[in-house]
Amino acid sequence: MKKDIILKAENISKQYRLGQVGTGTLSHDLNRWWHQIRGKENPYLKIGEINDRSTKGTSDYVWALQDINFEVERGEVLGIIGKNGAGKSTLLKILSKVTAPTTGSIKSRGRIASLLEVGTGFNGEMTGRENIFLNGAILGMTKKEITSKLDEIIEFSGCERYIDTPVKRYSSGMTVRLAFAVAAFLEPEILVIDEVLAVGDAEFQKKAIGKMQDISKGQGRTVLFVSHNMAAVKSLCTRGIVMEHGKLVLDKDIDTAVSYYLGGSGSERSNSKKFDNFENKIFKLNEIGLQNVGESYDDPLIENKEIELVTSIFLKVNDAERYHITYHLYNDMGESLFSFSNSSSEEILRKGENILTCTFPVNFFQSGSFSLTLFIVEDKRQSIFKSSDIIHFTVIDGGRELGVYMGREPGNIRPIFEWNNQ
Amino acid sequence: MNTRNNTNQWLFEITPKNKFFSLNLREVWQYRDLLFLFVKRDVITVYKQTVLGPLWYLIQPLFTSVTFTIIFNNVAGINTGTVPPFLFNLAGITVWNYFTACLNGTSDTFKANAGIFGKVYFPRIITPISVVISTLIKFGIQFIIFIIFYIFYYFNGANLSVNISILFFPVLIIIMGVLGLGLGMLISSMVTKYRDFSNLIGFGIQLLMYLSAVMYPMELIKEKIPKYGWIVDYNPLAYVIETSRYMLLNVGHISILGLVYTLGITIVIFFIGLLVFNKTEKSFIDTV
Repeated sequence: MKKDIILKAENISKQYRLGQVGTGTLSHDLNRWWHQIRGKENPYLKIGEINDRSTKGTSDYVWALQDINFEVERGEVLGIIGKNGAGKSTLLKILSKVTAPTTGSIKSRGRIASLLEVGTGFNGEMTGRENIFLNGAILGMTKKEITSKLDEIIEFSGCERYIDTPVKRYSSGMTVRLAFAVAAFLEPEILVIDEVLAVGDAEFQKKAIGKMQDISKGQGRTVLFVSHNMAAVKSLCTRGIVMEHGKLVLDKDIDTAVSYYLGGSGSERSNSKKFDNFENKIFKLNEIGLQNVGESYDDPLIENKEIELVTSIFLKVNDAERYHITYHLYNDMGESLFSFSNSSSEEILRKGENILTCTFPVNFFQSGSFSLTLFIVEDKRQSIFKSSDIIHFTVIDGGRELGVYMGREPGNIRPIFEWNNQ
Repeated sequence: MNTRNNTNQWLFEITPKNKFFSLNLREVWQYRDLLFLFVKRDVITVYKQTVLGPLWYLIQPLFTSVTFTIIFNNVAGINTGTVPPFLFNLAGITVWNYFTACLNGTSDTFKANAGIFGKVYFPRIITPISVVISTLIKFGIQFIIFIIFYIFYYFNGANLSVNISILFFPVLIIIMGVLGLGLGMLISSMVTKYRDFSNLIGFGIQLLMYLSAVMYPMELIKEKIPKYGWIVDYNPLAYVIETSRYMLLNVGHISILGLVYTLGITIVIFFIGLLVFNKTEKSFIDTV
């Protein structure tokens, strides 16, 4: 089958100048111009380093994007993921023609509309209705298009009653609803969306996601979607690209991309930890690790699969059954959630190598970061060993049913109880 | 698929550099609805939550005219011939105001709209053009007040007449608007990098007014200070103001050469402004 490429990015790079623009600008401008009229290359394009926000660089120029290449097929929903400062927003800005790339080009076969923000150009003095027209026109709709969809937009926003009131009297939530409603009825061939789902209440998010789905799945529109909400990305996108320090590091199907991103981008992972020095005359701790059942320590932990905690410990004493392992679980705020121990089960420790597995049911952990503190307890009475924060781990959203709430539910655990309706 | 064939099918391309000169009129036309909505927004939002509403447009020129009449005509004794000094000043100020409003409104384009420009693309030139048009409405209101005073003076026995060349008055106003737009685009582009220019604008406009024959006939300055009078001769704005007074009040002189010069300068400034504006719009968001 012939590929129908609708958008193609070739060698996109973007250079930024750091520090205070202003001092020295004139001298750089003159120097650049002097090189240019002699037919030489821009002297400031050569210097510049990888954009890593945390390290101190030597140059005033950085590459926010470096050699980005990708193609998007018609009807594809591409997720762009990466940490803060990885260059996602810069890429979107270039795609939406807000700023030009330093080198490279983007070729497109369709009209691009971008939604980098909801409510761009809203004017508080104007009424909701007037703002629908203004905002729609800014996003590239014609008056005729807006007029034909006006009723739908108003209905979708749920602001009928306030539609002839100046927007400055709206609550912030209402403004956002109205703004999203306008954007939702955009009909470009390519839609570029940045983080707009992070707005509004749960009910509206659900509506927004549903609408996004219609746009991408139902109407076969090409969508480029940037979000930190992995649940949303996973359910909407078909393909993902991962960005890191301004470079494109992975371009695969969305599940692989999300896993790669959540796995600390493949470099290091803390779902397991080996120990060399946790040893005394009674025991030697070898390794602690967490994994989804059937997966390995290197895969991300997903909330809606069983998670097992594996403790590998060597007992040197004969009366090993006197000792029990107790863990305290903390959330990322440092609040203790609960404690659990093998003393409440039939499993006991034996002399020699022990590989103790504790299994958490499906959907037990709510997505988030947790840490464990380990205690070795003697005779269920006193602890002979304690290590705080012995291991950290992060549980992520699993794929959720499409159209359901995409945000994070409150709390740290999300147990599934039995329900009955008599 | 043939690669060459492929490239030809692209609808558009985003590249680092603009073509040397590109005013994509077709694109501007596609966004015409946005242009009208911007104009509407500018007009509506000025009146909102004011008691006097559009009257504010009238107070400024009237008070300025009164002040000028007192200072320049009554105190300094500038002779305006058969035309009442107040009307003479009002004509100059009305036309001059259109220019300054265009310049002030457009010279701020990038800085004032950075929020929108940073988030969504549309042909940037829409914004300054919308300013020039919405300012035209303001000019219209001020012009009506001029006509009212004209009629008032006429029926009070002042010796007033319009020149037949008044038919070209709209052309003059268009020249004024385009000149303001061109200069404004030029300055707005430079302001993105060097904020110094926005300071310059404020007092620059004031200085320029004294060189633009707003409150005196062009002849007078050459007569009084022949040594420096030529400066006014080189000021295209002076010709526009002098000529509009000639058309409206039938005083002063019309200089075809001067008008051709003005037209030439206007076209040059407009295209330089457009060029710089186009170059700036591609990456100003990184520097503003």
